[in-house]
Amino acid sequence: MKEEIIIAGFGGQGVLSMGKILAYAALMDNLEVTWMPSYGPEQRGGTANVTVILSDAPISSPILDAFDTAVILNQQSLDKFESKVKPGGTLIYDPYGIHHAPTRTDINVISIDAMEVTFDMESAKTYNMIVLGALLKVKPLVPMESVIKGLKKTLPERHHHLIPMNEAAITRGMALVK
Amino acid sequence: MEEVRLMKGNEAIAHAAIRYGADGYFGYPITPQSEILETLEAEMPWETTGMVVLQAESEVAAINMVYAGAACGKAVFTSSSSPGVSLKQEGISYIAAGELPALIVNVMRGGPGLGTIHPSQADYFQATKGGGHGDYHLIVLAPSSVQEMADFVTLGFDLAFKYRTPAMILADGIVGQMMEKVVLPPFRPRRTDEQIAEQCPWAVTGRPATRKPNIMTTLELDSYQMERNNERFQRTYKMIEQNEVRYQEYYTEDADYLIVAFGSIARICLKSIEELRAQGIKIGLIRPITLWPFPYERIAELSKQVKGMLCVEINAGQMIEDVRLAVEGRVQVCHFGRLGGIVPNPNEVVDAFNSYFSDAKK
Repeated sequence: MKEEIIIAGFGGQGVLSMGKILAYAALMDNLEVTWMPSYGPEQRGGTANVTVILSDAPISSPILDAFDTAVILNQQSLDKFESKVKPGGTLIYDPYGIHHAPTRTDINVISIDAMEVTFDMESAKTYNMIVLGALLKVKPLVPMESVIKGLKKTLPERHHHLIPMNEAAITRGMALVK
Repeated sequence: MEEVRLMKGNEAIAHAAIRYGADGYFGYPITPQSEILETLEAEMPWETTGMVVLQAESEVAAINMVYAGAACGKAVFTSSSSPGVSLKQEGISYIAAGELPALIVNVMRGGPGLGTIHPSQADYFQATKGGGHGDYHLIVLAPSSVQEMADFVTLGFDLAFKYRTPAMILADGIVGQMMEKVVLPPFRPRRTDEQIAEQCPWAVTGRPATRKPNIMTTLELDSYQMERNNERFQRTYKMIEQNEVRYQEYYTEDADYLIVAFGSIARICLKSIEELRAQGIKIGLIRPITLWPFPYERIAELSKQVKGMLCVEINAGQMIEDVRLAVEGRVQVCHFGRLGGIVPNPNEVVDAFNSYFSDAKK
């Protein structure tokens, strides 16, 4: 098993954290994992992306030019990464704020209204977990128990009371994928 | 069995240093290595092991604090990124001339000048050929994984103390910022003052009545004495060259071609090699782990086996000069790299190889 994923959007959407929780979940599942962020003067409103590789064998390059799965949360990222999905791969995107939808027909394109659910849940902070839920429904890379363990690892103790809300967001995200 | 953790390379360096029993860290923030200082400050080792963590007023101050700590026999280190490491060069030369153990971490970014905050390997010359003034060398370790970021803290300190010479971890923004699995080294206590005095009889530890003062200076106006000092340094370097060359090979047994790459770029090249092997090309990789001392002998041997070499570095061609010295013209040695903070992807390396060695597929 090997899954090469790019998660891309605006800084502040929780792109890096989402990748981190996925990476921790993979760690809990004894998979090999690399998490390589775009780092630099990124800030809220700028673009941010992270490459996460999960594998049951040692991982060579943490830098990739083609991905099995792309999770796309803004137009700039769609413009940049739609062409980087491997033929037969998967592109998950949130149409909120997207003016030009993906056009490729050789990949599996899945639209998820994650932002709508965020409004419904009345917490902007749940957004990336809703998206993670959708990703895990499409690609069951790690079981929910591992994600919860991963959340416990990444969140400081004082925020552990938020884990049920995150779990609920992941479940709502899973339900977005028909 | 130690827990497997997930962390950035920079964080691994900080944790590994605390666990090594380091006595002090002196640094100044700069991207892409600020997590070293940040992690040390978050961990607050001064409350557990007694290790000092100090954000100095500048890189120059930090390296001179390291110079002083090392002169006292303490296990001390500093970290920075390329422009900051340039500022430290005078201090590094003094530490080398003082025959002092110290660890310097350079998480390289693109230059010259303030350059860019993105990854680079353009400080190879600076790290391996001097950097500061005078005839000296650093032991230079090039990590390619988060695990090696942790492991090379131990190795770097151990070698620095063994040979009484500064060692450098020459990393880059990729391995500094990337998170991977890592098993940290076990905790060991900091050495006591008595242990330091015993291990480092040369150190300025406060003179007991039983010995003469240890005086730490790098100034020697008697040129004959300064020549003898230099000859002593060179004998140390010779020993390091004989004993401490480290490298790792992948798929070299049957290789007709060879990629030479260090640090995180070697990882990218490994993926390129998977692709090239799928195309039917027998190609291997040698990854120098010590950039100084450099694995000249092994590369010379391999040059008798292969038809050509591609040196992949994210600079304009620096390590390639050492590779060519080793190869002595026996086979063609080509360079591929990106500049200014751009990191090539595995396919670019495949394309570069195929354009240089178009006969390889036949």
